[in-house]
Amino acid sequence: MTKDRYVDSGQKNALSSLPMNRREFLKGMGILGGGIVVYFSLGDPSSLAITKRRGPLFARTPTDFNAFLRIGEDGRATLFTGKIEMGQGIITSVAQIMAEELDLPYDSVDMVMGDTDLCPWDMGTWGSLTIRSAGPVFREAAAEARAVLIELAAESLKVPKERLKTRDGVIFDSARKENRVTYAQLAKGKSIERQLKGSPVLKKVSEYKIVGKSFPQRDALEKVTGKAEYAGDIRLPGMLYARILMPPAHGATLKEVDTSGVNIKGAQVVKDGDLIAVLHRYPDEADKALEMVKARFELPKTGLDDKNVFDHLVLVAPKGRKVSKEGDLKKGEGLSSHLFEETYLSGYVTHATMETHTAVARLEGDRVTVWAATQMPFGCQANVASALGMKPKNVRVITPPVGGGFGGKGNNPEAVEAARLAKLTGKPVQVARNRAEDIFYDSFRPAAVVKIRSGLNDAGKIMLWDYDVFFAGEDGSLLFYEVPHHQVLSRGGWMRALPGSHPFSIGPWRAPATSNNTFARESHIDIMASKAGKDPVEFRLQNLSDKKMRRVLKAAAEKFGWTPSKTPSARGCGVACSIRSGSYVAIMAEIDVDKETGKVQVKRVAHAQDMGQVVNPDGAKKQIEGCINMGLGYALTEEIHFKDGEIFDLNFETYEIPRFSWMPEIETVLIDAQDSPPHGGGEPAIVCMGAVIANAIYDAIGVRLFQLPMTPERIKEAIKNSKA
Amino acid sequence: MSETIKFNLNGRPTRLTVDGERMLLWVLRTDLGLTGAKYGCGEEHCGTCTVLVDKEPVRSCQFSVKDINGKEVITIEGLAKDGNLHPLQKEFMERDALQCGFCTPGMILNAYGLLHQNPKPTRSEIISGMDNNLCRCGTYNRVVEAIQAAAGT
Repeated sequence: MTKDRYVDSGQKNALSSLPMNRREFLKGMGILGGGIVVYFSLGDPSSLAITKRRGPLFARTPTDFNAFLRIGEDGRATLFTGKIEMGQGIITSVAQIMAEELDLPYDSVDMVMGDTDLCPWDMGTWGSLTIRSAGPVFREAAAEARAVLIELAAESLKVPKERLKTRDGVIFDSARKENRVTYAQLAKGKSIERQLKGSPVLKKVSEYKIVGKSFPQRDALEKVTGKAEYAGDIRLPGMLYARILMPPAHGATLKEVDTSGVNIKGAQVVKDGDLIAVLHRYPDEADKALEMVKARFELPKTGLDDKNVFDHLVLVAPKGRKVSKEGDLKKGEGLSSHLFEETYLSGYVTHATMETHTAVARLEGDRVTVWAATQMPFGCQANVASALGMKPKNVRVITPPVGGGFGGKGNNPEAVEAARLAKLTGKPVQVARNRAEDIFYDSFRPAAVVKIRSGLNDAGKIMLWDYDVFFAGEDGSLLFYEVPHHQVLSRGGWMRALPGSHPFSIGPWRAPATSNNTFARESHIDIMASKAGKDPVEFRLQNLSDKKMRRVLKAAAEKFGWTPSKTPSARGCGVACSIRSGSYVAIMAEIDVDKETGKVQVKRVAHAQDMGQVVNPDGAKKQIEGCINMGLGYALTEEIHFKDGEIFDLNFETYEIPRFSWMPEIETVLIDAQDSPPHGGGEPAIVCMGAVIANAIYDAIGVRLFQLPMTPERIKEAIKNSKA
Repeated sequence: MSETIKFNLNGRPTRLTVDGERMLLWVLRTDLGLTGAKYGCGEEHCGTCTVLVDKEPVRSCQFSVKDINGKEVITIEGLAKDGNLHPLQKEFMERDALQCGFCTPGMILNAYGLLHQNPKPTRSEIISGMDNNLCRCGTYNRVVEAIQAAAGT
């Protein structure tokens, strides 16, 4: 046993050799009490850089690790990570990874997530990153803990460690199986810490018993019985429900407010700068009280609406950033016998999670505790600390199960409001957005414009690709088709769009940028295929040398039963492919278009995805089904209508999200790549949905749609224009 | 106006003095501490607030509490009997027909009402009976399978 790698926390000197903040953190946690702890940093280098930069501000934030694993004296393993569960299933799949590499039964692994007092700093949960970026490190940490246990067992059993084997939380001598010891026995009375450094020996993929097998969602029992407590279900003695005055439009300024008409018994009115709130011990009474507040706002006149915003975006876009360039565009043009030039538009969309943005805050002395439906508990901690002028270490954020995120729960204004109101009233306060507020205050997926100029030679090879994307962002804009002369420019960026670009706040929405770019690229490829008189799958393969992409296309075609035909074939079949979060994805769909009503019904979808190693195949399939479902929305109906900062779609009546009757039959193929690193699973399948439906509409009726969503009105309009 | 409302809640006789015009959702969630029914839209569009009144699914966000007088109310907390999950709950777990779980109580109770009226629904009857319950995570196909399994169809 290499004792120099251990710290015996019982010895003062050894303890003081730890960096101050780590010692304090573990002490604060009571972790030094017993068992074996492996602490480690998650793979993303930016995450650690941020941790280091922020370290001095966060006395309780260790700078050299941001997750840890403990083998308790009961032999159970607990992973402490700031990641959160919002339905995407990492509470299950990460536990599988830990159990596999630790050789523990799956049920012997506990997950502690998203609690800023119990978990070290973490950047947040988004971008299909947990399994692909953090997963391999979780796995190494578990391997390290197993290595520690084996070393302890070698001493305890007096057997060379090479002879020891692990199974279900037991270590035994492979030569004499009755000579055995459990993890619990080994951890008992120990106080061992180890930092993950280097690469411990990992289990072979061929030995896996838990990773690669389907496990049902870990928190399902709580969720089917109503026992799962979401942020809005937290009940605290004396808690008040707050309703906050919402302006009628983005950019509106409050000129006058009169709260004298509030005559609800027990209602409390709070005015604190821009924050006008009424609070009551019943949420519905607070609702009534808010209606009695009279306010006058000055409304902005931007002249911007959902129709002219695209021209505005092109106009205000700064000079482009070159994402890629190869060859010479002029030469490509010269080599082309057919030139194509099209513009693709997509509108603003909202997240519309079933759980609206919600937070509860309680102030006790100089500490505040916040229960927040957030994808970024540590961001929330910083937001609340800064708003209250407190030290972050005095703010504890607890993340209950989150009722859907999709990139929309990261800014935490509701948590800040709850904390401010808790401070102002001296009572615990809940702020739960109603649906209208939830949409109004959302950070929308930005509207975007993509302009493509391309050229094709007589052999059906693409010679020119000149691509400008405005405001969607560059993710997914890189061309994976083989084109000798191409250029991709990204203008206006995405999250860093200059002020004045968008009429309201924008942010990440499941697979940001890639859905917009895939809609444009894959529609445009289809236009060229049609002009070349080629089957769209064949045309893609002819211009594609990327083996992974060829493989997923062929896998999807096989599952779908794709029969080659030039388009439009009147069958209503479409194809689209893309790369997102490292995963390769191809989707085919068969649809019906009602030419009278303009309504599209997607009948069936075949999907193939190479996402590398799959931890929980059924969990991955649930994400894919979810992507296909959510993708139907941005493809067919979802769009925010607005004018002068006023938003007109404030509930599901006009903001239509997919429902049961929209769902196609879905078949999925997960390419067997268990030996490869894992890639993202929460986003890839959504990115193809706009293009696959646009291409299927063209195949069905010979009419091309250039704007998302492809509403019945737009389809009828396109049919009318095609006849003219 | 406050009035006394007598009803059966999850198998227990219950008496409540409350403003009868208040919506059942808020009375359940605050006065009675039953938070399984969720607020989703407040306008009967989404079904996350669904509970059963005399075995019929209602949208509790727009259902006055006075209208439960003399009736039987079942919320998700009261669906399991003597520690045994209802077949719908079991099948939702078996088919993994949930993700974030926020819509799940409403889905299960709406399906309960559907099966109460039509114990052997066809697939398309299930789809039309469930069509006004929204799930953003996209578990619809699995929910249909779970309901079919619970109905034994």
